[in-house]
Amino acid sequence: MSYHPKSEAELAEIVAGLDAPVHLQGGGTRPIGRCGGDVLSLAGLSGVSLYEPGALTLVAGAGTPVSEVELLLAKEGQRLAFEPMDHRALFGTKGEPTLGGLVSANVSGPRRIAVGACRDFTLGVRFVDGTGRVLKNGGRVMKNVTGYDLVKLMSGSFGTLGALTEVSLKVLPVPETEATLVIHNQGAARAVEAMSAALGSPYEVTGAAHADGATCLRLEGFAASVDYRFDALTKSLARFGEITRLEAEASAENWAGIRDVRAFAVRSFVAKLSIQPSALPALYAAVSERFEVEKLLDWGGGLVWIAADIDEQTAVTLQAFLQDYCLENGGHATLIKAPEGAYEHVSAFQPEAAGVARLSAALRDKFDPKALFNTGLMTKREVR
Amino acid sequence: MQMPEANPATLAKKQKLKERLEGVLGKRGVIADERELKAYECDALTAYRCPPMLAILPSSTGEVAAALKICHEMDVPVVPRGAGTSLAGGAMPTADSVILGVARMNAVLETSYEDRIVKVQTGRTNLSVTGAVEADGFFYAPDPSSQLACAIAGNIAMNSGGAHCLKYGVTTNNLMGVTMVLMDGEVVEIGGGHLDAGGLDLLGLICGSEGQLGVVTEATLRIFHKPEGALPVLVGFDSNEVAGACVSDIIKAGILPVAIEFMDSVLIAVCEDYAKAGYPECEALLIVEVEGSEAEIEYQLSLIREIAQRHNPVEFRRATSAEEAGRIWAGRKAAFSAIGKISDYMCLDGTIPVSQLPYVLKRIGEMSKHYGLEVGNVFHAGDGNMHPLIMYDANKPGDLETCEAFGADVLKLCVEVGGCLTGEHGVGVEKRDLMVEQFAPDDLDMQMAMKDVFDPKWLLNAAKVFPLASSEARRIAAE
Repeated sequence: MSYHPKSEAELAEIVAGLDAPVHLQGGGTRPIGRCGGDVLSLAGLSGVSLYEPGALTLVAGAGTPVSEVELLLAKEGQRLAFEPMDHRALFGTKGEPTLGGLVSANVSGPRRIAVGACRDFTLGVRFVDGTGRVLKNGGRVMKNVTGYDLVKLMSGSFGTLGALTEVSLKVLPVPETEATLVIHNQGAARAVEAMSAALGSPYEVTGAAHADGATCLRLEGFAASVDYRFDALTKSLARFGEITRLEAEASAENWAGIRDVRAFAVRSFVAKLSIQPSALPALYAAVSERFEVEKLLDWGGGLVWIAADIDEQTAVTLQAFLQDYCLENGGHATLIKAPEGAYEHVSAFQPEAAGVARLSAALRDKFDPKALFNTGLMTKREVR
Repeated sequence: MQMPEANPATLAKKQKLKERLEGVLGKRGVIADERELKAYECDALTAYRCPPMLAILPSSTGEVAAALKICHEMDVPVVPRGAGTSLAGGAMPTADSVILGVARMNAVLETSYEDRIVKVQTGRTNLSVTGAVEADGFFYAPDPSSQLACAIAGNIAMNSGGAHCLKYGVTTNNLMGVTMVLMDGEVVEIGGGHLDAGGLDLLGLICGSEGQLGVVTEATLRIFHKPEGALPVLVGFDSNEVAGACVSDIIKAGILPVAIEFMDSVLIAVCEDYAKAGYPECEALLIVEVEGSEAEIEYQLSLIREIAQRHNPVEFRRATSAEEAGRIWAGRKAAFSAIGKISDYMCLDGTIPVSQLPYVLKRIGEMSKHYGLEVGNVFHAGDGNMHPLIMYDANKPGDLETCEAFGADVLKLCVEVGGCLTGEHGVGVEKRDLMVEQFAPDDLDMQMAMKDVFDPKWLLNAAKVFPLASSEARRIAAE
C-alpha cells in the first residue's frame, strides 16, 4: 500500500488517520539511510506558486521537480546557487528529484563552500506534523528572525520531523562565465594547503576540490573579472606546481562530475565525511592504515567522499571506523551507499553525543509524537 | 508593555540565592546593589525599564553552568544578556529575575586560517572578532550597526544581520558551532569547525532563539578574506517607485552588490543636516556598494550606472577615494543618531518582498498622516528589510502609545504583503504581542514546544517572543 496525496489538506487527513509508520518520499532518487513503512509520496504536491526574479525568491510545492524549477530559473538567468547534487548516477535510481527532497536532505554541492548550504537558501516551509496539523515557519523574505527558526530544523531532517508540503527558496543570478584552475600532481595534504590558500584569498573561489592528483579551483563572475582573478591566483599558487585552465564549458562539466561524485557510481560503498580541512591528513593516515579506499575531496577538504568495492562485512567495519573517528576527532560521517545487509548493523548517520542525542530525540517527540515519519532513519527510535 | 508580575516567593529567595551564587562566582561575580543594578534595567529599547533582582557576571562556561544549576534548583528566572544593545527588549529583566551577563567572557580561543574559522567566547564584541583577524586580512561578515558594542552572544540570540548581509548572509549563515549551557546546568557542544550539522540542525534552531533555549558561551564563526577593495555609489531619484524599480533591475541584471541601502526624503534631509554627507535633495536615495579589484569595481559600477540611467536619476555620484566613500556612508551610518538628535523615535525592522516596496512606503506615508507622527525610512533594499523610524515626543502624554499603534500597523502591513515582523532585531518584548499576526496558534505552539524541550521549567527569558496569553499555560504549568 502507498499514499499519494494531491493536496496539503488531503495529506493532513491521511497523516491524522495513520497508526503505523510511513516512509516519506519525494522523487525517491536518494535512498540514504533505511526505514520501513508504507510509502507516503509527496510528489503530488507539485507546482511553482510564486517566482519573483527581482526579489530572488521562489515558492513551490515540495513535490515540484528540481528540473522544472531549474528550467524556470534559467529563463531569467538565475539558479539554485547551492548547486544541489543529483544522486541518480551514484545510486542508479530513476525518477525526478524534488525540491522537498533537496531540503529534507539539505543537499548542497561544491558551491556550498562559498555561498552556503541548501539550509541557508531555504527561507520558509509549510509541513504537516505527526498529528496531522498543518504548520508553517519562516516565509518568503530573505531576512526574517520572527520566532524560532524551524526552517533550519526541517532542512536536513530527512523527513523524520514532518511531511514538507511547500518550500520557499532564495535564488541567485547565474554569473556571466566560469573557469577552473587546475593544479596537477599533488598529494592530498598539499592539495588542502593549496585549497586553503585559495579560499583564504580575496579572489572568491566558488569551488575547491581534489581527486586523482588534480586540485580544482573554480572562479565565476564577469569574464574580465574571472580572467583577472585567474591570473592573480595562478601567481599566488605557482609554488604548488603546474597549473592549467578549464574554460567555461569544460569547467561546468568538471564541476557537475564532482558534484554528483560520478567517479564513484560503480562502487559498492560510498560514505561522506564533514570535517575541518586541517584534520584531513590525520584522517587519511588513519583510514589508509586499515582500509584500501578511494577518496574525493570537496569543500576545500572539508567534505571527504570515501568509496570502495567491498562486501557487507567490510562495509560495516569501515563505516563504524569512520563514525568512531569523527566522534573522537570532530565532524560526522554519513553512509551514502552500501551493500544492503550492512544497514542492519550500522547507522547511516553519525551517532550523536549523549546530551545532543537526548535533545534531538525530545524534539522528534514534539514534531512526531507517534513516531510515524521515516522512523529510525537517522537514529534508532523507540515508539513511546 | 505588560510583563508577568514578579513572583513574591521568588523575591523572598534573594538573600539565599545571592549567597549561593557568590559561592560559585565569588563576590565580584554577583551584583546586588540597587544602584549598580540600574545599569541592567533595560537594553537599547529604553522605553521599558525594570531592575532585576540580581545580576551575575560569570567568567567561564563552568561558572555559567554552576550559576544556572543553582537558579534552576531554586526556580529563579534568568535573563541572558550580551552587551545590552537589543532594540527589541531581548535583555530586559523582570523584577524577580537574575540577569546573566557574558561580558567578562571575551577571549579568542582559537584561530585557524586554514579552516577559516575563529572560536571566541561570546561576550566578545562583534567588531573585535574582526579585530582579532584583520591584521591577517580576514573579517567576520555580519555587521549590525551596533557592531562596536554588541556581543556575539546577542548576535546569536537574535540572529543579527547588517548592511552587508546581502552578500555574506546573517549570523546563522556564519555560525558553525556553539558551546551552550542549558538551564539545568548541562553543557552541550553543537557543531564545530566542520560545515553542516550531522544530525538535526540544532545550531539553526538555537540561532535566533532569543536566549530562551540556553546560554551560548563559546562560538565557532566562519571568517572570510577581505576583498581587495570596495566602493559605494550614491544614486538619487525623484520617486520611491523608481528607486525600487532600479533595485530590482540591478538584481535581475546579475550584479550582486554587497549592500544596497535606501533612504527616503525625510531621512536624506535629517542625515544631511547631521552628517553633512553632501546628499542631493531628492525623494529617494540609494547607496550601492560593490567589491573587488579596481577593474572589477569599475566594471560593476559601469553596469550599475547604465541601469540607473534608464531610470533618470537626479544624481549619480561614485566615490573616487576612500574619503569620498566614507562621506557617502557617513550619512547612512548616522541615520539613527541623526533622528535621535531631533526627536525620540521608534525603529521597526519588518521585512517585505522587494516588489512591495513602493506600495508599503505609500501606505506608511498615509499612516503617518493618520497618526500625526512623522516617519523616516531607511532600509536594506536588496533584501527588503525595512527600518521605518517613527518620531514621537516621550514627554507628551499619549505620544508613545500613538507611536506604538502606528508601529503595530506598519508591521501588520509587512505581514499582509508577504513579509514578516522582524528581519534582524528580534521579537523580544517589542513585537511579542504581534506574533499572532504572522503565526497561527498551532505554529506558535510548535515553537513553544521547542522551548519545552530545552527549558521545561520556562525559566530562561520566558516573557519574550511569545504573546503572554499564548505562553501562559506553559509558564503556569512549569511553576
